Amino acid sequence: MSRNLLEFKSVSKSYLENQVLKDVSFDIRAGEIHALIGENGAGKSTLMNILFGMPVIHSTGGFEGSIELEGQKLDIMSPFDAMAAGIGMVHQEFMLIPGFTIAENIKLNREIEKKSLLNTITSRLFGKRMKTLDFKQMNKDARAALDKLEMNIEEFTLVQGLPIGYMQFVEIAREIDKTGLKLLVLDEPTAVLTESEADSLLQAMKNLAARGISIVFISHRLGEITAVADRVTILRDGELVITKDVKDTNTLEIAEYMIGRKVSIEREICETRKFTDAEIALSVKDLHVAMPNERVKGVEFEVRKGEIFGIGGLAGQGKLGIANGIMGLYETRGEVTINGEPMPLNKTRKMLDAGVAFVSEDRKEVGLLIEDSIRHNIMFTSMNIHSEFLKAGLIDKKAIREHARKMIKDLDIRCTSEKQRTGRLSGGNQQKVCVARALTQKPNVLFVSEPTRGIDIGAKKLILDLLMELSSNGMTIIMTSSELAELCSICDRIAIICEGEVVGVLPPDASPTKFGLMMSGIKDVEEEVQS
Amino acid sequence: MTEVVVEERFSLIKAFKKIPFSTKAVGALYLVILILGLVNGFSFSRLLSDSLHLFGVWALFSLANVPSIQAGTGPNFALPIGIVNGLLAMVLVLAAGFTGMGFIVVASLVAIIFGSASGFLYGKLMNAVKGSEMAIAPYTGFAITAVFGLVWLSIPIRHPNMIFFLGDGLRHQIPLDYFRAEFILANFLFFEIFGLEIRTGELIVVVVACVLMWLFFRSKMGLGITAVGRNPKFAKASGVNVDRSRVIANMISTAVAALGVIVYAQGFGFIQLYDFPMLLAFPAVACIVVGGASGQKANVRNVVIGTFLFQGLMAIALPVFTRVLAGGAGAGIVGPIRMAIQNGIILYALSRMSKGGK
Amino acid sequence: MANNNIWNGEKIRTFLLDNIVMLVFLGFVVLGFVVSDTFTPSSFTNDILVRFFRNGVLVLALIIPVMAGLGLNFGIVVGAIAGVLSIIFVRYNYTLFPGLGGLLLCFAIATPIAILFGYLTGKLYNKTKGQEMIASLVVGFFAEGIYMIFILFVVGAIIPVRWGHRMVNPVPEGVRPMGIRSSFEMGLPAEEMTGRGMQDALPGMARALNNIWRMEFVYALAAVSVVMFIFLVVRRIIMKKNPGLLTIRNEPLWAFILKIALCGAVVAFSIYSSATIYYWYYILANTPDINRLDLLPGISNFAVEISRINNVPVVTGLVIAAVGLFTVYFTRTKLGQDCRSVGQNKHIATVSGIDVDRTRIIATIISTVLAAWGMIIFLQDMGHVSTYTVHRNIGFFSVAAILVGGATAAKASVKNAMIGLVLFHAMFIVSPAVGLFFFNDGNAGEYMRTFMVYGVIGVSLGLYVWKANKAAKDKERLR
Repeated sequence: MSRNLLEFKSVSKSYLENQVLKDVSFDIRAGEIHALIGENGAGKSTLMNILFGMPVIHSTGGFEGSIELEGQKLDIMSPFDAMAAGIGMVHQEFMLIPGFTIAENIKLNREIEKKSLLNTITSRLFGKRMKTLDFKQMNKDARAALDKLEMNIEEFTLVQGLPIGYMQFVEIAREIDKTGLKLLVLDEPTAVLTESEADSLLQAMKNLAARGISIVFISHRLGEITAVADRVTILRDGELVITKDVKDTNTLEIAEYMIGRKVSIEREICETRKFTDAEIALSVKDLHVAMPNERVKGVEFEVRKGEIFGIGGLAGQGKLGIANGIMGLYETRGEVTINGEPMPLNKTRKMLDAGVAFVSEDRKEVGLLIEDSIRHNIMFTSMNIHSEFLKAGLIDKKAIREHARKMIKDLDIRCTSEKQRTGRLSGGNQQKVCVARALTQKPNVLFVSEPTRGIDIGAKKLILDLLMELSSNGMTIIMTSSELAELCSICDRIAIICEGEVVGVLPPDASPTKFGLMMSGIKDVEEEVQS
Repeated sequence: MTEVVVEERFSLIKAFKKIPFSTKAVGALYLVILILGLVNGFSFSRLLSDSLHLFGVWALFSLANVPSIQAGTGPNFALPIGIVNGLLAMVLVLAAGFTGMGFIVVASLVAIIFGSASGFLYGKLMNAVKGSEMAIAPYTGFAITAVFGLVWLSIPIRHPNMIFFLGDGLRHQIPLDYFRAEFILANFLFFEIFGLEIRTGELIVVVVACVLMWLFFRSKMGLGITAVGRNPKFAKASGVNVDRSRVIANMISTAVAALGVIVYAQGFGFIQLYDFPMLLAFPAVACIVVGGASGQKANVRNVVIGTFLFQGLMAIALPVFTRVLAGGAGAGIVGPIRMAIQNGIILYALSRMSKGGK
Repeated sequence: MANNNIWNGEKIRTFLLDNIVMLVFLGFVVLGFVVSDTFTPSSFTNDILVRFFRNGVLVLALIIPVMAGLGLNFGIVVGAIAGVLSIIFVRYNYTLFPGLGGLLLCFAIATPIAILFGYLTGKLYNKTKGQEMIASLVVGFFAEGIYMIFILFVVGAIIPVRWGHRMVNPVPEGVRPMGIRSSFEMGLPAEEMTGRGMQDALPGMARALNNIWRMEFVYALAAVSVVMFIFLVVRRIIMKKNPGLLTIRNEPLWAFILKIALCGAVVAFSIYSSATIYYWYYILANTPDINRLDLLPGISNFAVEISRINNVPVVTGLVIAAVGLFTVYFTRTKLGQDCRSVGQNKHIATVSGIDVDRTRIIATIISTVLAAWGMIIFLQDMGHVSTYTVHRNIGFFSVAAILVGGATAAKASVKNAMIGLVLFHAMFIVSPAVGLFFFNDGNAGEYMRTFMVYGVIGVSLGLYVWKANKAAKDKERLR
């Protein structure tokens, strides 16, 4: 058990000036289940991208440090090298072709060719790819892999229409079928599964580990980690926090390691803001949103006028779905009241008319017309809903120019002129344009999602300060962010979302452990702390 | 001061580089054939007049692509829908007894109404097949043309100047001179200057249509349509009704095409029915691409430049080739050349589309 | 799952939606029979047979690109042009390459040309990913332009041609001849020359393939049925023994028995009718007057009808069968499997290490080569070539045919091609009669036909996209 299979030796990686991994070293033993945990942006995916030699790593200058497999230095330049070395991964997004059978999917681009005289002749004449395939043998192999997972579905069933849990097993079976699989990485494998499916997956993981295959188990579910993992490694902000034996630790400690002490930083202002008497600006009841990968499954909260309400949680848990759903960008069900007025859902226009503005988390796809100028972007929504910036029904270039210049000055948008295409701006300045567009609407309720994602520190501070200022002028702000520190620094209350539901609402000065546990979906924080 | 001059020169080179490949290629061809024509004894004014003539009759077909491209449904490969509506309008208005300018005015109004109505349905269809608009559009146009083949055959019009001499059904070509509508726009305020024929009425219609289109895309609705084409998610988040915008754009496109065929018919002096609309979408698309439009972006300038260059090229190639190439091959070769250039240009636009797109 | 056999409203709706095109065509053909009395079973069968053998390979050429995710390859026009070019070359030199040998040479010449054309077309499709359907339509027009410039201008101006050659445009003496005539004959085959005073002329390529071996329709029908019978039985055995090897996994027993019985019935009928015809021909009459057949006792009308059907071109049929078999064989090869992977999901295929672009190019090349061969088969059956227009509708008609047979932009099989060939051409044959009935005009049939061709393409593709969009939307629905 103690033999090291894989070793990360001071692995570092930076994208341009942004260091995402700092000197990470840990090892994975043969036949163990090794849990890997960390917030979004902690460096888990970068680490895995390095392990699999993904093009994104090599096209950005590679990485520092080394990875050793069974004492040999690994030189992985592509996912196929990783495969050859016996390292396999099951991604969150399934790599399955629905119109193929289970066996065909397991053997995808690793098909077995028939050994026959005809094949020898045709391959000589027309090339290797004209060899016929040995479906019998492929089915047999697939059967064997499925048997190892104790899965008794017929190997020639089409993947189309299989329950998600089965698809996951097919993915794992594919990795098992690859010759010499030594290490299997599972990325949030239980996130999409029902409870019983998750249980059988965890059982299957144990069986595989018992066969000597090491498993790296990336998950946010602390309960599952403590249930199946042998050891756990915690990453935070690109740094290794600790690697511990699971039997020597508990969920509480892991949660604390994950969040760290950083929460209470840079919060100087308005600690005493109280909104208990203010009227309710936004109330949300039983909200369901069908945003892919960010489904909301029954959320309820209230925000008072002038308050900054934070929405946090891990990626894919549904926090982003809330604002998108309320704005009518994805199919939504539930009750939303704005300033006491019940609002119709799935009608973006009605929300905008009611004075609600939205700064999307997805600047390029939703937030901007990247081929158009700054001024066009800034005025567009307001022009459309309030018919502003129009003169005799036609666009009023002068009014637009003046307004855009004012906004550029107010928000310190760095650009050559107000006519510059937004696609050419840096991330931070693009974000400022998005905010400028929202402010031009003169909203009373503002949703901002991931306002500081991918932008530099200066712009970050400016945007957060701006939100504070707007709030003190009476605007109600609902800020959704993956960065807990940022939420804690300006929000008055923070709701933590896990698996599409509100786990709890915490004050910004709550302990990191509480945040960590809630992000893992543990509701009864007090109980957990006591036990 | 000298520095400024240097900068100016650089920007000229830059400006030339900015001209799209399709414009440069067809523009160069136009020049080559123009020079070839001049060398072979054609007068400049004759060649330019011919170019202007085809520009006038084609401009609206090309203009019809602007709204559909801007709304993100791609070039209007279903142009025949608009054209058959225009033809129907003309046929009905003629049958109702209108002649001369009255015919043109009433037919235009009816064409716009018919065009908008069919454009509405067509827009709905485009919304149902989002993402594959261009794959479906041509066949919609072809099929409608065939259906109208049956309409022309069976329409209960008994006007002796419109039906076949023998049997039922409308003629393949209805000459407009019977109805005092031949070249009626072309002859309106017609004048000649240095041998250059200016078909004022025709050009006025084209210019007015272009200006209206330009103005429309500076209005709230036009800007909304543009936003839908550029980024439907952004448009939706800004409260623009995406589906409705696409429908409106296609209504305009179809109506302009319907109007276009009226200008076309008077410009040649007769109404062409039956298979005539079938393949008209392709040259119209080629025009706007030559003018620098892409599958996602088009404006009135693209229409004007592209239609003049591409249709002008075709207009001067026929007489010049006929004279240059002996043995009758010259006249026959222009059609194939047109086909190769026109479809090559469309393929060029398509290949750029998928690169810039997803 | 338990109430699998119950036909509820939803199921009927889906069935109708999935088969709407086929049903409409079937309805149209039935309508044609109802409104017109010009069709006899024999003339109708004859017409369908002729078109089936003429177009078979062209329609089959569409299957592989569909598999590779390129959609319906209207660009087979490019392949057809390769075929016409090879025929022009061989026929121009008809003294050197007469008869069947010349036709075989056509196949040989067309192949490398089609490979080159297919390669270029495939490159283009890779550059227009996502828009292949419109690109393939436009590339057909583009190729037509180039081809016309070639045969009108390059032939003569750059490639010298003989003055006064029957395929070259006639010009006064002393003038350089330029361009191929708008139509030319492929020359009668030796068998068809006898009795026309042309015995000493060189045999041509018309029907050279068809005439190698002609078989009486009843025998051919019986042979096909026997093969079908064996195929069904073998498939059933494999399905029971090793279901993982087939794409069809559960064929209900009643369906199997029905198919088997049908094959048996056809064989029995063939034997019966050939026996009666034999009886009549050789025992009852020495100089049969085919038109008075019905007067004779003991002869069923149907047998009489059957005897009037032309003989079947066996070799052409075998070529179609071979291409069909190749297509099926291809799906079982590594390349075929790669095509299917690419066709189903380009992203997953790329991630799995499949060279997507190369695979798509190969699929296009295969399709283009098959189209070139198909065009040669088409033209040898027609016997004459309309140089400028013959390729023009090949793409539309073939695509419409396979769509009528139940194919979609993402799924096409040999079965779709076969059903489509019959049903589409049945429509073609009856449409003049339907047009005449409803519009009292001979031309109406032409427009009706055109409408059906483009209508079927538009409706099939539209429905497919609409369904796909709906499915994608349903995924984003609240549960």
